[in-house]
Amino acid sequence: MLPLTLLGIVVIAIGGFALARSRAVLVADGNLSSLHSRPGYHGLYMLLRVLMFGLGAYILVNIIGSTLVGSQMRATLTELAPDLTGLKADTALSDARAIATGTIASKTDALREALAETFLRIDGQRIWAIAIVSILAALGAAYTTFRQIKPGFRARNRAERVMRRGLMVTAAVAILTTIGILLSLIGETLNFFSGIDWRVDAFLFGTTWSPLSGVHEGSISADKVGAIPLFAGTLMITVIAMLVAVPVGLFAAIYLSEFASPMVRAWAKPMLEILAGIPTVVYGFFAAITVAPALVSFGGSLGLTVQAESALAAGVVMGIMIIPFISSLSDDVINAVPQALRDGSFGLGATRSETVMKVVLPAALPGIVSAVLLGISRAVGETMIVVMAVGQSANLTWNPLDKVTTVTVQIVMLILGDTEASTAAGPAYTLGFTLFVATLALNVFALRIVSKYRQKYD
Amino acid sequence: MADAGIDMTALSAKHTAPESRSLLSRRHGAEWRLKLYGILAIAIAAAALILLVYTIVTKTFGVAYEYYVSLDVQMDLSERDMKRIEDPNPRLLPKLDKVVRNSMMEAAGGEFDRKTRRALSSLVSTDAGLELGGIAKADRDLIGGPYRYEALLDDQVQLYFKGDFGRLEDAGSEGPLELRKGTDPNQVEMVFASSSLGQMRLLMQERRSREAGNLRRTARDQERAFTETEAALADATTEAERTRLAEQLEVFRAARDDFNSRADALETEATDPQNTFELTSRDPSLLIRVNRGWIKVSSFGPDAMSGIVIDPPERLIAADEGDWTAFVLARPEASRKLNDRQVLWLENFEREGKIEKRLNERLLFQSDSSNAELAGIWGALVGSFWTMIVTFLLAFPIGVMASIYLEEFAPKNRLTNFIEVNINNLAAVPSIVFGLLGITVLISGVKLFGVELFDGLLKSVTEDPRSTPLAGGVVLALMSLPTIIIASRASIKAVPPSIRDAALGLGASRLQTATHHVLPLAMPGILTGSIIAMAQALGETAPLIIVGMNAFIQDPPGDPLDKANVLPSLIYLWNNQSERLFDGKTAMAITVLLVFLILMNALAVLLRKRFERRW
Repeated sequence: MLPLTLLGIVVIAIGGFALARSRAVLVADGNLSSLHSRPGYHGLYMLLRVLMFGLGAYILVNIIGSTLVGSQMRATLTELAPDLTGLKADTALSDARAIATGTIASKTDALREALAETFLRIDGQRIWAIAIVSILAALGAAYTTFRQIKPGFRARNRAERVMRRGLMVTAAVAILTTIGILLSLIGETLNFFSGIDWRVDAFLFGTTWSPLSGVHEGSISADKVGAIPLFAGTLMITVIAMLVAVPVGLFAAIYLSEFASPMVRAWAKPMLEILAGIPTVVYGFFAAITVAPALVSFGGSLGLTVQAESALAAGVVMGIMIIPFISSLSDDVINAVPQALRDGSFGLGATRSETVMKVVLPAALPGIVSAVLLGISRAVGETMIVVMAVGQSANLTWNPLDKVTTVTVQIVMLILGDTEASTAAGPAYTLGFTLFVATLALNVFALRIVSKYRQKYD
Repeated sequence: MADAGIDMTALSAKHTAPESRSLLSRRHGAEWRLKLYGILAIAIAAAALILLVYTIVTKTFGVAYEYYVSLDVQMDLSERDMKRIEDPNPRLLPKLDKVVRNSMMEAAGGEFDRKTRRALSSLVSTDAGLELGGIAKADRDLIGGPYRYEALLDDQVQLYFKGDFGRLEDAGSEGPLELRKGTDPNQVEMVFASSSLGQMRLLMQERRSREAGNLRRTARDQERAFTETEAALADATTEAERTRLAEQLEVFRAARDDFNSRADALETEATDPQNTFELTSRDPSLLIRVNRGWIKVSSFGPDAMSGIVIDPPERLIAADEGDWTAFVLARPEASRKLNDRQVLWLENFEREGKIEKRLNERLLFQSDSSNAELAGIWGALVGSFWTMIVTFLLAFPIGVMASIYLEEFAPKNRLTNFIEVNINNLAAVPSIVFGLLGITVLISGVKLFGVELFDGLLKSVTEDPRSTPLAGGVVLALMSLPTIIIASRASIKAVPPSIRDAALGLGASRLQTATHHVLPLAMPGILTGSIIAMAQALGETAPLIIVGMNAFIQDPPGDPLDKANVLPSLIYLWNNQSERLFDGKTAMAITVLLVFLILMNALAVLLRKRFERRW
C-alpha cells in the first residue's frame, strides 16, 4: 500500500508537470514570448510543489501515525496483561509485530496473537491515513499551482527559489553530520559518567581498564574505567609511527622538491601516492603477517623478547602509512616557498643544502608543523592496523616490545564484544568522544599554526 | 680596480688556504649528506611498498591452485536417500559421507579401525558428501553405478601439497637394507650400511645439540637466580627471611643441576657417533619405503634401526641399494596437523596419480564458508558493490549540490564560514567515529520512525538495521561527503569567472549559469574527485565493522537490504581465522581489492588527463 502511495505521488508529479506545461502553452495563446517563464519552468514548478507537499505529508503523517500506533499498542498491552513490564513487555510487542508481518517470533501465545490482531487493525488505519492524506496533499498542491498559471506568473523564479533552498539543505548536511556525531557521542558519554557518579577523574586518570568485568553483577564500576593504559598505548604507537614517518616523509619531500631529477620525481611521486591509497586493512594484514613475526624473530636473535602483538610492529607499519601523508603535505608547503628566497640564498653563495636548511625549511616550518600535527591526528584515530596487529590487554608499560592496547582497539572490541550493546556503548562512546575531541583539537591547532605563522610573500 | 681597497691576492690566498678548503669540503659534505638522507628516505618508502606487495603477491600465488583427489565412488543410494537429498533444507547426510568414506578406503587399499578411518576421511573436505549429493540430484542416471568423483581436499592437505609443512625429503639411502621381524608383530628391525642415512644423523645431532643449548640457557638463568639469592642470603637479617631464602636457594640449585644434567645427556647423544636416537613425535619423522610398504622408524642407531610398519611391505627380506628409500619429514609430527599415517596416504595417492591440481576458481566465485578450503570472496564482492552503489547515490548528488551552493550562491557570512570549517574538520574525523554515529543513527532512526517508515520497503533493515549494504552505504556516504565537497568546490572554483559573466550577460539566471555552464565544465574534476573518494570508501573498514558488516554470511546479498559483508571486512574476518589456509585467501582478497582500487584510480587519472581543461 505505502510503496503504491509513493508511486502515486510521483505519478501525480509527473502528470502535473505535463499538465502545467501544456497549460502554459495554452495561456500563451500561440505567442510564447508573452509568458514570463518558459513552459518547462511552469512544469518544473508544479513538479517540485507536488513532490514537496506529497512527500512532506507522507513523512509527517507517518511519524505521527507510528507514534500513535506505538502508544496504542502499549495501552492495549497494559489492558490485556497489566503485570507484564519492562523487557518482557517489549518482547511481547515485537513478537506481536513479527506475527502480524509474518516473520519469525520468539514465542507465540494467546496474548501475542491478540496483540497482533490489534496491531493489524490500527496499523491498517495508519496506512490508510498516510495514503489518503499524502495523495490529497499532492493533488491539492497540483490544483493550487495549476490555478496560478498565467502569462505573467514568475514560475522560473519560484522554481529556482525552491531549488536554491534544496541546495542550501544539502550544504547543511555537513553541519547535521557534525551535530549528529556530537549528539550521539555526548548522549552516551553523559550516560556513562552518570553511571559512575560523575567520576570523570576516574576515567581520565585511573590506571585500570576492564570496564566490562563483573558488569553482570551491577553497573560499571568507577575503579575499572581508568583509561590511562589506553592513552599510554595510543601515545606510544603514535610516537613510534611519527618517529618513522616524520624523518622519512620530510627528507623524501625535501629531496623530491629540491634535489631530484624529473625522472626520479616521475617515479617516486606515484609510488608515494600508491602507498597513500592502500587501505588500512591491508596495512593491518601486513603488520600482522609480515612485520610482527619478523620483529619477533629479529628480537629473538638479539636475545630480546618481542611480543607477537607488540606496539613496535603496529607503530612501524602505521608510520609507513603516514609517510606519504607527511611527504605530500610538506612537499606542498616547500613548493609554496617562493623561488626568490632560494635565488637570494644562492646569490649569497649558499649551497643547496644550506639554502634548504636555513632558508626554505624555516619559511616552510609552520606548514610542516601542521602536517606533522595532522599526521599525529591520523595516527591517533587509526583503527584497522592496531585492531589487527595489537592486542587487547590494557598494559601500562614503557616497553615498545610489549603488548599494549589503544583507544580505537577498545572501541571496536567493546562494540563487537558479546556484552549487551546498551552496557558496552557507554565506555565505547566515551572513548569515541575523547578521540573526537583529541583529533579535533589537533586539527584546529594545526590550522591555527598555519594561519598564524604563515608568511605572505607575494 | 686595485684601488678598491681589497687586496685580491690576499683574498684568493684566503680562499685557497687549508682552513677554507676544509670548510668548503665540510659544506660539500653537508650537501652530500642531505642528499643521501633524501635518497634513503625514498628508498625506505619504496622498500616498504615492495615488501608489502611481495608479501601479498606471494601469498596470493600460494592459493592460486587447489588440490583434488579423484575417487572411484559407488553411488549406492536408495530412493529414500534421494528424497532426503532433494529436501530443500539440506540435512546432514550420513549416507553420502559413508559413500565418500568407502571410496577413500578403497583408494587407500585397506580395512581400518574406526580411528584410522576417521583420519582417512578427514583428508577430504567436510562438504564432500553434500557436493556428491548435488551431483546425484543433477544427474539421476549416476545412481547405482560407479562414478569418478574429484573430491576437494581438506585445508590442511591443501597446505601440505603447497609445501607448508615441508615435503618428504630423501635422507640418503646407500647399500642394502636388511629387514627382520621384531619382538612385536608390528615391529621391524633393520640393518643398513653405516655410510647410509648420513643426512638424518646430522639432522638429529644438530637438533640434540640445539636442545642442549636451550637447556643450558635455562640453566644459566637458574644460576643467575641462584647467585642473586645467595647474595641476598648473605645480607639477610632476620631468621625467617634466611630460612625462606635458603629454601629458594635449594630450589634454584636443584633446577640448575637438573637442566645441566639433561643438557649433558643430550650433548653426549649429539657427539657420540655410536648413539642410538629414540625418535619421538617431537623429532623429525624418518620413513622407510621398502618392498612397496612403509615403515616409520622409532629408534635410529649408527647401522641399525627399528620401526613400526605403517603399510606392510610385501616381503620382509633384504632390499638392495635402489630398492629402498629413506625419507625424512623435517617438521615433527607434534607440530603439524597431519600425522605420518595421513602424510603417507597422500604420498601414495600422489604416486598413483590420484591427486589433481586445479586453478582455484572457487576463491573468486564462492562465498564465505567456515571451512577454509571452501571459502571464497564472491559474497563480499557483491556486498561491496551494493554498498558502493548506495554510497555513490547518496554522496555524489548531495556533495555536488552542496558545493554548487557553497561556491555559487552562499553569501559570505558567519554561517557559510562555519559550514566551511565544519567540512574541513569532518574530513579529518577518525573513521571509527563515523561508525559510532552510524550505529546511533540507524538504531535510533528506526526507533524514531518506527518499523513502518516505508512499509515493506525497509523491513529487512528494520529487523536488524545493521549489517546491510544500505546501512554501510549511509555511513560511508557521510564519510566521503567532505572529500567530494572539497574536490568539487576546487573544481568549480577553477572555472573562470568570464564563463559566468558571459552567461549572466546573455540573460541566464544564476541557477541556469551554474547548472548549464559552470557545472558541465567542472564535471571532469568533480568526477575525478568523486571516484577517488569512492576508492577510499571501498577500502574503508573500521566504520563498517562497527555498524555490523562483519557478520559471517554465506550467501551473496540480492539487494542492498540483505545482510551482507564487504571485501575489507572479509579481509578482517579472515585475518582473525586460525586456519593457516586463510592467510593465503586473505592475501587473495586483498589482491582483488587492490585491483579494484587501481582500476578506479586509473579511471580518475584518465578522466583528469582526458577532460580537465586548464584555463
